[in-house]
Amino acid sequence: MTSVGITAYGAYLPKRRLNRAAIAAANAWMNPALKGMGKGSKAMCNWDEDTVTMAVEAGRDCLTGFDRARVDGVALASTTLPFADRHNAGIVLAALTLDENSESIDVTATQRAGTTALIQALRAGAATLVLAADHRVAKPGSAQEMQLGDGAAALLLGTEGIIARFLGSHSLARDLVDHYRSANAEYDYNLEERWIRDMGYDLIVPEAAKKALEKAGVSAAEIDHFIMPSSQKGLDARQAKRIGVKAEAVRGNLNAEIGETGVAHALLMLVHALEQAEPGQKIMVIGFGQGADVLIFETTDSLKTLPKRSGVTGQLARGTEDTNYTRFLSFNGQINYEWGIRAERDNRTAQSAFYRKRDSITSFLGGKCTQCGTVQFPKSNVCVNPNCQAIGTQEDHAFADLEASVKTFTEDNLAYSPNPPLQYGNIGFNEGGNIYMDLTDFDQGSISVGSKVKMVFRIKDFDNNRGFRRYFWKAAPAA
Amino acid sequence: MAGIRDKVAIIGMGCSKFGERWDASPDDLMLEAYTEALADSGISKEDIQMAWLGVFFDEQNVGKSAIPLSQALRLPNIPVTRVENLCATGTEALRGAVYAVAAGACDVAMALGVEKLKDTGYGGLPERTKGTFEDLWQPNSTAPGSFAQLASAYASKHGVEMADLKRAMAHVSWKSHQNGAKNPKAHLQSAVDMDKILNAPMVSFPLGLFDCCGVSDGAACAIVTTPEKAREMGFDNPVVVKALQLAASNGVEMGHNSWDGSYTMTTRMAAQRAYAEAGIKDPLKEISLTEVHDCFSITELVVMEDLGLSKEGEAYKDILNGKFDADGEIPCQIDGGLKCFGHPIGASGLRMAYEVYNQINGRAGARQLKDPVMGLTHNLGGIPNRNICSVSILGRLNQ
Repeated sequence: MTSVGITAYGAYLPKRRLNRAAIAAANAWMNPALKGMGKGSKAMCNWDEDTVTMAVEAGRDCLTGFDRARVDGVALASTTLPFADRHNAGIVLAALTLDENSESIDVTATQRAGTTALIQALRAGAATLVLAADHRVAKPGSAQEMQLGDGAAALLLGTEGIIARFLGSHSLARDLVDHYRSANAEYDYNLEERWIRDMGYDLIVPEAAKKALEKAGVSAAEIDHFIMPSSQKGLDARQAKRIGVKAEAVRGNLNAEIGETGVAHALLMLVHALEQAEPGQKIMVIGFGQGADVLIFETTDSLKTLPKRSGVTGQLARGTEDTNYTRFLSFNGQINYEWGIRAERDNRTAQSAFYRKRDSITSFLGGKCTQCGTVQFPKSNVCVNPNCQAIGTQEDHAFADLEASVKTFTEDNLAYSPNPPLQYGNIGFNEGGNIYMDLTDFDQGSISVGSKVKMVFRIKDFDNNRGFRRYFWKAAPAA
Repeated sequence: MAGIRDKVAIIGMGCSKFGERWDASPDDLMLEAYTEALADSGISKEDIQMAWLGVFFDEQNVGKSAIPLSQALRLPNIPVTRVENLCATGTEALRGAVYAVAAGACDVAMALGVEKLKDTGYGGLPERTKGTFEDLWQPNSTAPGSFAQLASAYASKHGVEMADLKRAMAHVSWKSHQNGAKNPKAHLQSAVDMDKILNAPMVSFPLGLFDCCGVSDGAACAIVTTPEKAREMGFDNPVVVKALQLAASNGVEMGHNSWDGSYTMTTRMAAQRAYAEAGIKDPLKEISLTEVHDCFSITELVVMEDLGLSKEGEAYKDILNGKFDADGEIPCQIDGGLKCFGHPIGASGLRMAYEVYNQINGRAGARQLKDPVMGLTHNLGGIPNRNICSVSILGRLNQ
């Protein structure tokens, strides 16, 4: 039988990390108990980030050094997809400039969607990019608000260049409702923690894990990395013990640094494990949610030859602390600020125009003149080079990964921005070409002419009147 | 190429009081400017054979088409054309009227520009769609944010400390306020000290509140004919059009790295063409005064270089040295500029021409310059990386 497994990994975490003590301080008047949870920080989406944008960035990290033509498909797992009926994975596929003839699927409606997508893709054996991302919004002042974080993980699967071979898995579905969110509901409804632990995790996880170990032909004692996401303290060690996995195999769950990232979390922990594992080690990954998925992998020698990428380690390192709780609420639409008359602008999208220009907007393809070599955005009928201006000579040219720097900029307090001041400017590309575009993720006052930038996929505008959102690329700090 | 030089005379101009004209409708403003222009010319309404209306916004303004002008003034069913070319709209209306007369299509034509911005409810210009494709990718920029970028690029290119550039920009605004204080038609008629300008709240870095022109209501009007007709009407040596040039971006500044962001490319092109059309060899010597598009202080600063009135990288020093002050080598915005008049878009180009016309005719009151012979007006519509620039030059027929 041909081996199948993980061939690459990637991760994405929003740069902004909300200090939990700030959340507790803001809410202590109504819920003093939150103070006890007020340690560490949680990764929080910028106003222009969501599940789709995070998945794209994790996917880009994962595909570092890979020929995208080799990818057969994309699976996007999340319970917080921005569109209930629009192919979310299709947006990601286009943003990653993957072949539109690839298979693509949204996997959703349970916290184990990420591990389920992974199992399905491994069983298919194709070169699938599995993306798991979540941007869960919790009720202000709730324990969940403290616990949950935003993030995305990516795993490229396949049969060539395997860095972690898939040994086996088991899935168990049992309708134990530990929490739920009805269709159209804003927030999760959470039930009693000890019941969830005793009747949920304690019974379901060991049962599924034992079956997975049997299928993989691995004993529990052989597991070197045990991945069991949970925001209940000590629950991971408790499950390891019940399964028979050694205590030192239990991996840190990243909750202190970034919070519990929902569907993404098991995969994020797996990425983190792959970054730190040695060849020949065995990894158990558990996804829990109305049942459990358990997967077992064994790392190979190829693990150490993977081209350098950001991964969880790089993403953890780039975080910057934020102590502004009301801004966090505002980013999530949980506080109704007066934004003034400019926020009333009607952002109706001409869908026909978007469709016509989707290569420019989602895939960020510009033009390169075959006559003079000038790269330009947008791609146009007539070359922009004043000394060329040839007609009909431009080939598609990908801008997403080009190096660039700030040529002009401003920080605009008059323009509407959900995170004022609005930062934008002319961005010059090292390869030539200039784009007038939004900047994002810069601290106020930190931009200067010549600042190095990289392109990131972000929300361009919300059309709140019609529940639509547009995406485009923005210039973010390169480092 | 023959050009427009000396082919068309201006025989009457009018300008409404600019400001927060809560009392006045667009019709009232148009009538105010027109009545003055008609009286100035001494002709009657029936002598006007064609008209051009310049107006930019449709929303909460006059609406589309030429009917608003024809109806407001009860024009005798003559051909009227509405024009719009961003902030060059007023000058575009003048260009239409001037070209019609020069072409011999009529003897007398009128240009009128109007804008009623205060009814939009915005501080600054209202934000509108940029187009179905552009909305998908271009920043939701504002006018101050767009022009502010000239400052970051200029400072970087010429190695100027931002604090020094800010002082030069503040001087631009200080100067306009000094001049505007002497102009009864200006929106803002108060002198402002440098500290107040420098310490104003930031609108778009590095532009503070006093680096920005205001939102205003206003109208301005010009009546033109041939020099021959003008003489028949008793204008012995009328003010004539020496040049009317326009340059529109073709997307190079926005899409090609050859533009560095520190200047306005179209101004350089329009100015060169206008100087050639007017037969000007040395603008520093031949131009007596300028009215330039000081939508923001930094715009006026870089435009001084683009017009060839300062050497590249030197405008900020020239400004601080008073070269463009009322008593300087070439006064700029002697009427107070957009800074003090505000910028009712359709009216601004004609308001600038009105000042030059009055200065040349020696009718500028307390701010009258000594013997001006040739004046330049300049509009920059759009944003520095995508714009329409107009440059016009007015002077005496026999000079």
